[in-house]
Amino acid sequence: MNFISIIIIPIIVFIIVTYGAFKKIDIYNSFLNGASNGLKTVFSIFPSIIAMIFAINIFLDSGVINLLLGWITPLFNKLNIPQSIVPMMLLRPISGNASLVIVDQIFASYGPDSFVGRLASTIQGCTDTTIYVLALYFGSVKITKTRHALYNGLFADLIGIITSIIVCLLFFS
Amino acid sequence: MVSIIWVFLIVAGIVYGFFTGNIETINSSILTNAKSGLDLIMQILPMLVLWSGLMQIAEDSGLLNKFSNLLYPLLSKLFPSLPKDNPALGYVASNIAANAIGLGSAATPFGLKAMQCMQELNEKKDTATDAMITFLILNTSGVTIIPTTIIAMRSSYESLMPTEIIVTSLIATVCSSFFGLLLDYFIRKRKHY
Repeated sequence: MNFISIIIIPIIVFIIVTYGAFKKIDIYNSFLNGASNGLKTVFSIFPSIIAMIFAINIFLDSGVINLLLGWITPLFNKLNIPQSIVPMMLLRPISGNASLVIVDQIFASYGPDSFVGRLASTIQGCTDTTIYVLALYFGSVKITKTRHALYNGLFADLIGIITSIIVCLLFFS
Repeated sequence: MVSIIWVFLIVAGIVYGFFTGNIETINSSILTNAKSGLDLIMQILPMLVLWSGLMQIAEDSGLLNKFSNLLYPLLSKLFPSLPKDNPALGYVASNIAANAIGLGSAATPFGLKAMQCMQELNEKKDTATDAMITFLILNTSGVTIIPTTIIAMRSSYESLMPTEIIVTSLIATVCSSFFGLLLDYFIRKRKHY
């Protein structure tokens, strides 16, 4: 299973580069163009990362989340799931940056190769930021009546998180 | 919607801090916050720039387009209301393809174009169409083959195996997309009959 994970990226890089060379495009120039756009993307998400870290850290440092955790933790303890993952589950559909911040904190305290580090990685990787995407895409074409989009999207997130827990317990514990 | 949540997080944090006598922690939290933001962006930056460069090659060589064409038969089943020659399908495929390789930010321009094409076909301009909702469910539960951001973060924390979560998150993302689309399908069925 690890073998598949290891070879996917090199294979994709190989296909992209050889196909580009085969089509005789200016590969190096393409790369530089794309990379500089990537840099612009980083700059454009920087303010929202600062904004979210600001709010999230106030929220987390205040300990408000302990109120919620008090109810959920017993269930997670029964399943042997570390409680530090709970804030991330609650925030994943709201803000990708916010849940990235929590992943960052989990990596800093437990390391990326701990069980909780792997579970956080899986949850972060398996789904996108539903509320942000809906706001951005519907807002771009001025649609206000979104019908079942929100709860259907959140339902998919919930399935993703539950599956992440099950799969990580099977693979990594 | 994000701004409501933003206000909620800040207000709830500060109010709770006052009541529990924790306000000093919040003071230092506010003062050191921005630095943690900078640290986070510095971890994401190198891999994001690298993958944007590689994806540009795929786009310029037509490889990304080829991948979209591969998904065509499946897409026409998921989006029966979109006419075959409409560019919306092509943009939807490009968006899914870019998401699959883990370039969420590269996928966004394609996604916005797909929404514009679908909006042109929309008769009630303020109401989401079936195709739009199906597209956004597919987009938010996003089938991601390579979650680049998280792999970059794992690498920067010196994980022994940064890519080992590819398979687990692929299984989770396929399940969430499948059940998301299933619910969407039943809601549409019920509406039509």
